[in-house]
Amino acid sequence: MIGASSYDLLGFFESALDRTKAPREERVAVAASYFDVDGTLVRTNLVHPTLWYLMHQRSPMRSLQKLAKAALRAPRLVLAEMQDRRIFNELLFEAYEGISHDRLMILADDAFADILKKALYPHARPLIERCRREGHDVVLISGALDFLMTRLADHLGATHVIANRLEIKDGFATGRLLRPVVAGPEKARLIREHAREHGHRLDDCFAYSDSYSDVPMLSVVGHPAAVNPDSKLERLARTYGWPVLSLDSTAT
Amino acid sequence: MSHPLVVTLDRKSAPRTLFSGDRLVTVDLPAGTRCIYPRSPLEPLKDVDAAIRYALNHPYGSEPLHAKLRPGMKVVIGIDDISLPLPPMRRPDVRERVLTVVLQMLSDHGVDDVTMIIATSVHRRMTGEEIRHIVGDRIFNAYYPNRLFNHDAEDEANMVELGKTEFGEVVELNRYAVESDLLIYVNLNLVPMDGGHKSVSVGFCGYKSLRAHHNPSTMRKCHSYMDPSSSALATSVERMGRLANKHLNVFTIETTINNRMFDRPLEFLAKNEDDLSGLEAAALKALTVTLANVPQPARQAIFQRVPSPYGVTGVFAGATEAVHEHTLSRCYEQYLVPVKGQADILVTGVPYISPYNVNSFLNPLLVQVMVNGYLFNMYKGAPLLKKGGTMIVTHPCTDQFDKEHHAPYIEFVHNLLPETRDAMELHKRFEAKFASNPAYIQAYRTGHAYHPAHPFFMWYWGEAGRQHTGRVIVVGADNEYIPKLMGWETARSMPEALEMAKDTAPPSPEITLMHMPPIVMAEVTA
Repeated sequence: MIGASSYDLLGFFESALDRTKAPREERVAVAASYFDVDGTLVRTNLVHPTLWYLMHQRSPMRSLQKLAKAALRAPRLVLAEMQDRRIFNELLFEAYEGISHDRLMILADDAFADILKKALYPHARPLIERCRREGHDVVLISGALDFLMTRLADHLGATHVIANRLEIKDGFATGRLLRPVVAGPEKARLIREHAREHGHRLDDCFAYSDSYSDVPMLSVVGHPAAVNPDSKLERLARTYGWPVLSLDSTAT
Repeated sequence: MSHPLVVTLDRKSAPRTLFSGDRLVTVDLPAGTRCIYPRSPLEPLKDVDAAIRYALNHPYGSEPLHAKLRPGMKVVIGIDDISLPLPPMRRPDVRERVLTVVLQMLSDHGVDDVTMIIATSVHRRMTGEEIRHIVGDRIFNAYYPNRLFNHDAEDEANMVELGKTEFGEVVELNRYAVESDLLIYVNLNLVPMDGGHKSVSVGFCGYKSLRAHHNPSTMRKCHSYMDPSSSALATSVERMGRLANKHLNVFTIETTINNRMFDRPLEFLAKNEDDLSGLEAAALKALTVTLANVPQPARQAIFQRVPSPYGVTGVFAGATEAVHEHTLSRCYEQYLVPVKGQADILVTGVPYISPYNVNSFLNPLLVQVMVNGYLFNMYKGAPLLKKGGTMIVTHPCTDQFDKEHHAPYIEFVHNLLPETRDAMELHKRFEAKFASNPAYIQAYRTGHAYHPAHPFFMWYWGEAGRQHTGRVIVVGADNEYIPKLMGWETARSMPEALEMAKDTAPPSPEITLMHMPPIVMAEVTA
């Protein structure tokens, strides 16, 4: 998990943070807004940046090998997605096994620009700006990888990131995720923890997601909202009177 | 002698039929009860298009529209939203007819830079199909969505502050309107509180401007909304509108319609029950039974899917205030019924529609708006109800909301109203934070939700009525919770409600029934 304390440990993340918020002692955030990312703020999902990295290996042959392996893993991924989002995440990120940490970092800016930035919903940034103006901490909470999420946070003006981290050994990704894995109900626990650490009352906090798998995260805050929701989440949101939002300006 | 539309019931009088949401209920009222009926629809104009052309060429307090045009100028056309008229008008809507003539005139004078904006203020965005209904296929296909769209009061880059009035009211308007060379406003005036300076200075403004007058203090000083000369709200809007008009080149076009709300098959709903023919009485009974037995969506469809065959009674153009004088006069001609003396007990049915639930459900907060806001305020002169008197209304008060249109209302009704009904306290403690809720604002901007400030405004809308009325008793509520939340009592039947009302009324109380819809306004003299 990359929270405020983790930023302090990592110079790179700290630089991202410094551009998005005032020094902590000057800042009195009244609440936090927790944003799921994939499908909520961007059109893409976890698979897109993974494929992008697989296609940008050190040689075309290596890319082909990686893609072929990923293709073989696809049926298991589909089953995992139906079963448990956490298992899906763990299986998906196995694809990063053997990629050097240096390579992940060097390509991160390009991956962000090619995949995430282009896929941002037009109203994502205005919504986050409004949350910031209301004095909220804006937290991206995502199953995606931390080094991409910090770039997105920097771009959008979010103040914190809670995201998955790859395990790195001897400079190479092992294909495993560090604990805790950010997915499903675990997001709810991480939000509770973040709110407690930052002195927010959960009743005052907001959460935004597109997916039924994020109902636990939406349920812990006082102001949940469904964004571009799947049909199951939309039904639930309508039942409970949660706002249903679109961040796509093409909505008429 | 009373006016022919004020009928006093005797023992032989037929029962009265009142709206109770989207159902009809039949009630027996005691002999001596006065029933106020709406006026018959005014005779519509024979040639509306000719009247439009005449108005544009013979405006009040302004040069003709064609004289204001020059090639290459930037023109913005503001259009009233779906809240007018109620129910929506059968096509062609009079706004389509006005726009057709205006656009032709602009084209003839080499004016191509034309943008049309639905002046929604903080109302919900209209859907494409709703806009199509108002402007017609030809205009819709040519202009929507790039040159015909909804106002967005939360698009900060597109809102411009013009200044403050001498009372400190902030006038902030849509940038397109402000930066136009000519702003033409196409209004459809249903009731006297519509139109005039409200069109531009409310239709194109945002929360910053609205809170100058949509607050409990101002609302308490409106006697009534339907009489602009006695409404602090209208006075504030007028000040802001005058400031706006100093900066903008505004050409106002206002239209009035008659109150032919129901088409032939339902026309009997506007009639005195004692005057119904045998066939009409049977039809009324059949309709009452049908509505009692079909599910809610079907009832909504019966009333809301069928547009009303309103006739156009006037088209006036020119300078805002000069035009509006004529509009008001035609409105009053249609709606005012002289009534002598106030009532101790005012009985009225609450219909299924308000300006804020076209194509959706009349939720509990809007029932409150109808009772304490609109129905109470249907007067000019003295209020129809005596100070401290009792209103008896018929409505089920169902705890149901349109989850999209009225998303912020749900939280307002279920989380805030249980805290307090005091409008001042709601205003001070909750409004600012609620009105800036980012999720609700997003739902307003890209969905079809009302702005989060709107439920507060709806509660304030009932403030003058709440301050004046002693008690409200609801007949036919399907639950106790909502009436209690509103501060109302409940009764199982009209006789029970009348008995309850008599507890706090003088001996031999004056009981008056307002038979609405169609719209009727009482011009009350002592």
